[in-house]
Amino acid sequence: MSDLAGIASYAAFFLAFAGIFAVVVLGLNLQWGFTGLFNVGVAGFVAIGAYVSAILTTPDHPEQLGGFALPILAGWAGAAVAAGLAGLVVGVAALRLRHDYLAIATFGVAVAIQLVALNAQWIGGGPFGLHFIPKPFESTLGAGLPFNAAYLAQVVAIVALAYAALERLVRSPWGRVLRAIREDEAAAESLGKRVFAFRLQAFVLGSALMGLGGALYAHFVGYIAPEDFLPILTFQLWTMLVVGGAGNNRGAILGAVVVWGVWAMSGGALRAMMPADAQARGAALQVVLIGILLAAMLVLRPRGLLGEETAISRHAAAPAPADERRPG
Amino acid sequence: MLQLLVDGLVVGSTVALGAIGLTLTYSLLRFANFGHGELLTIGAYAALAVVGALAGFAAPPIGPFSFGWPLLAALPVAAAATALVALAVDAALFARLRARGAAIVLIIASFGAALALRNLLLFSFGPLPEYYSREIQIAIALVPRSVLGGMRVTPDQAFVLGLALACMAALHLFLSRTVLGKAMRATAMNPDLARVAGIDTAAVIRATWILGATLASVAGVFAGLTGQVRTTLGFELLLPMFAAAILGGVGSVLGAAIGGLVVGLAESLLTPVLGAEYRAASAFLAIIAILLVRPQGLFGKAAR
Repeated sequence: MSDLAGIASYAAFFLAFAGIFAVVVLGLNLQWGFTGLFNVGVAGFVAIGAYVSAILTTPDHPEQLGGFALPILAGWAGAAVAAGLAGLVVGVAALRLRHDYLAIATFGVAVAIQLVALNAQWIGGGPFGLHFIPKPFESTLGAGLPFNAAYLAQVVAIVALAYAALERLVRSPWGRVLRAIREDEAAAESLGKRVFAFRLQAFVLGSALMGLGGALYAHFVGYIAPEDFLPILTFQLWTMLVVGGAGNNRGAILGAVVVWGVWAMSGGALRAMMPADAQARGAALQVVLIGILLAAMLVLRPRGLLGEETAISRHAAAPAPADERRPG
Repeated sequence: MLQLLVDGLVVGSTVALGAIGLTLTYSLLRFANFGHGELLTIGAYAALAVVGALAGFAAPPIGPFSFGWPLLAALPVAAAATALVALAVDAALFARLRARGAAIVLIIASFGAALALRNLLLFSFGPLPEYYSREIQIAIALVPRSVLGGMRVTPDQAFVLGLALACMAALHLFLSRTVLGKAMRATAMNPDLARVAGIDTAAVIRATWILGATLASVAGVFAGLTGQVRTTLGFELLLPMFAAAILGGVGSVLGAAIGGLVVGLAESLLTPVLGAEYRAASAFLAIIAILLVRPQGLFGKAAR
């Protein structure tokens, strides 16, 4: 393979990953950015999607659940439905309570899901994970650049679809209610909005997007294992949303690309700088770097790169001074 | 069967000390601190560093315990180091977010700070687990093996139980008898009213961090003493600590102490049922059960 094709292949690989992250971050943005729901277990919902899609689409395997060998599209749909159902269960248990309880409950869900993935060999192959997850069009196109480019096109199409749908949703009356709940729950309730129902809908929809993102990941890499879904993933996704700008769907996508870029570049730089025997420690520094990036962003530029658009009612007589609005 | 009770109480007293610190910061700073587990880990490693630095001195194990005086000397140093880290993170990160009134963002900030701190420790100390002492201990049989499988306690376990109870008693006296303790309780109840009454709330917040970090460092040393010192030590206890704080009712110190013991016992007793590999999930099941049945906890007031 020539150098140029190699670079193009890596670029497609990089952008496809960024796009997969963007799908998940769009889901998180619906939950946190627009509705103010705190999900600290994003990795768990991503894992559900990845495992469900893998189980639905892989060929038969004697010792494990699954082997349904369904089409990949069915796997993606199943992933979104399964993660949405998980969101429904968690939401019913925790959404009526204070926001920090949701954070703790979702954190627990992610830990529990990871444990199941690690220990229940008959479901997900235990620590060895699931292999031979079908990659769409790989056999007809060939591995490397053609597959990466084709997958990138599919991911971009899904991101565009999700973006368009979410933009319509959050600008609809439904989306306005979500923001009203986020800003002032009591006021929204006093206007007759069923706060719990709206929250639950936003939470389930966001969880489904996270599951879809997990499925996209599984079919791109072709192999998943429990250590792909550690809390560090949740943290990366949150950093993407905070950096890009919570409450802005374009910000969510931009944040995914930027933070994934910083992550990939810092990983490369640290690998080049650290001696071979200190590579594992270098990976730890990479996490510290992203942690500092998140903290600095929260302190210095809380609105993110692209902040939320200030919405002013068109019925307002004169434009009020734009006030600093923040999810909360 | 009886043995599970002892093991549960030992784990429970570690969880309880951690949960008390968690519930204190929760009720005074009004956010769920996902970085509290890392305070335990920092305490454990600070003590390890002190024990390592004192390795040159002849320090035979005290009595039946596995450790000598260096570990006792390490406890206050670890507490001071952990408190310094907590205060530094608060000043650099949490205080700024608090000042902006973005309290809810504090949760994700604490999550980020936790990962950064844990990986900083991983970078400094490496991934291999360490021990305070490699002495072998002889467990004392309290109940003979013929009765329900018997009950044995190692001296270190007895030390953990005793010191945990002493810490809780001291904390109770501090909160109920001293001016600072009363100021803390007043600020937890109503920060605005406390400020109007002339309480320096910034000093109260600093005291809260110092207190929470001190208890966390003791808990971290306990966890290291009865298990291994490793970078995920505190993180693995985070879910049990949250479960204990919620079970006790957020803000209730007594509740967190009892909640910690209950969670430790429940984890230990559920292990034969769920299997050791799902031990960590039992705390999560406890949280979901509490949230569904009694979200205000055993000693808490109804949710706001």
